[in-house]
Amino acid sequence: MNLCEYLQKEGYKIHKLHVDEKGRLDLDEYEELLDDKVAIVSVMWANNETGTLFPVEKMAEMAHAKGVLFHTDAVQAVGKVPIDLKSTKIDMLSVSGHKLHAPKGVGVLYLRRGVKFRPLLRGGHQERGRRAGTENSASIVGLGVAAELAGAHLVVENTEVKAMRDRLEQGILAAVPNSFVTGDVENRLPNTANIAFEYVEGEGILLLLNKMGIAASSGSACTSGSLEPSHVMKAMGIPYTAAHGTIRFSISRYNTMAEIEQVIQAVPPIIAQLRKLSPYWSGNGPIENPQKAFAPTYA
Amino acid sequence: MWDYSEQVKEHFFNPKNAGAVPDANAVGEVGSITCGDALRLTLKIDPDTQTILEAGFQTFGCGSAIASSSALTEMVKGKHVEEVLKITNQDIAEFLGGLPPEKMHCSVMGREALHAAIANFRGEVWVDDHEEGSLICKCFGIDAAMIERTVRENGLKTLEEVTNYTKAGGGCSSCHEGIEEILAKVMAEHGEKFTHTEPAVPVTPAKPYAMTNLQRIKRIEMVIESIRPQLQRDKGDIEVVDIDGKIVYVNLTGACAGCMMEQATLGGIQQKLTEEIGEPIRVLPAHLREAMEA
Repeated sequence: MNLCEYLQKEGYKIHKLHVDEKGRLDLDEYEELLDDKVAIVSVMWANNETGTLFPVEKMAEMAHAKGVLFHTDAVQAVGKVPIDLKSTKIDMLSVSGHKLHAPKGVGVLYLRRGVKFRPLLRGGHQERGRRAGTENSASIVGLGVAAELAGAHLVVENTEVKAMRDRLEQGILAAVPNSFVTGDVENRLPNTANIAFEYVEGEGILLLLNKMGIAASSGSACTSGSLEPSHVMKAMGIPYTAAHGTIRFSISRYNTMAEIEQVIQAVPPIIAQLRKLSPYWSGNGPIENPQKAFAPTYA
Repeated sequence: MWDYSEQVKEHFFNPKNAGAVPDANAVGEVGSITCGDALRLTLKIDPDTQTILEAGFQTFGCGSAIASSSALTEMVKGKHVEEVLKITNQDIAEFLGGLPPEKMHCSVMGREALHAAIANFRGEVWVDDHEEGSLICKCFGIDAAMIERTVRENGLKTLEEVTNYTKAGGGCSSCHEGIEEILAKVMAEHGEKFTHTEPAVPVTPAKPYAMTNLQRIKRIEMVIESIRPQLQRDKGDIEVVDIDGKIVYVNLTGACAGCMMEQATLGGIQQKLTEEIGEPIRVLPAHLREAMEA
């Protein structure tokens, strides 16, 4: 997104595709935008906050039919969903090592044979001139092994990890009123749970979770240092009173069901504690007509 | 995660005076839900002695917002009204052993709530009908008076500081010029000259490109159509009455008409249009059309 903003400043025209309330792309809008003026399409395989999967293989075919290059950021998806690049029309694909338990700071840019590109780092002729700088052999080997392991555990991710994720969501939603899962629940990564807790703010939740040794992340404004809630939540039209209270739990094959149960025990009292402080909350539920009953302003 | 002081942590993990004071006679509600910070401060003030007997807070916000609210209630309890009106946001921050610069707005929210509550106690109207021009940051509903107060009290000198202290300018960035004018004005009072500095991370407005009126009208209509389902979901609707260059006159209908969030809704639509079209678009209620043309 930042890169797009930069390019826009340079004079390129950027089209952003819209999503619906579940974070699904409108393929009709996409089809309409594709024409010979489009240089490149870039779509993430799965959203980093909600885990929602996008139909990248189909979108790559649509792009190719119009002669448009197609790039996908598959950072979240590699190791979670099967990817067979040979059978797709994808021209470029990015992978980040740490998302599949490789060392931090190593990644892959896949380029289909024949796709032209300019190196970002020029200078030395390492990697046949594609990227200057001495190769970080240890990390590269680490990523190779991590990829092998990820491949071997693909089934585990979609069975055991998915079962832990589903149990986590079911346990939390059953115990916490006014909470919901964001994104396209039917169509998403097996390891991601993004839950919106209405009428509380995410940073407070994270501070209290952290105290109990539970690491998660939030789409709230405060945690990121920006002032608005995550653009992902905004794009889906999630109301501010819920968007600020979204928490992403990421589960891996190194988690255990016992840990999941621990989180299920920890979350409800934390939310209840913060709601006790919230002007939108009274007793066991939100105040009547919350958005109208409490509408603060700066005079 | 932010680097909070021990005092901030203490007031967040064990907040003092949480909840509303029963039979409070002073209530201050301030904040902006868009950026996720809002505070309702309730006070019980002895009308004879003008002493604050009890104070309670209800806060939607991050750790430092909750801590600032808790600190504020501790600072005002047992004090005379005139005495607490002297509390500045710096005092609140100091009470907490300091706040990260980006979180100074939490202390400002505390002070604003205190002033709103005391105005409420005195029967004064804590006006929030932002006159055209006085509302600077449309994303978060921050007006010129609040920015000016905060700049003056804290000796702010840059746009970035104003955003850290008030949040103003942290959204679509279309108000940066307005904030800089205020900075220039207040700094001139001390014989200082405001110099424009680019923010460290450039917040880039879309590059304007030539667009015909017809193209612009079509695109405005497309964006409005994309917003409509959201309004209809809340049982409201929008009617475009006229498009005059970069000004769109609309009527909010259904549940949106007369809704307290009307202004926020219009602001949101305006922001969306400005983002999508890449030009500053103004959205005004249709009844202002004649006034604007006159």
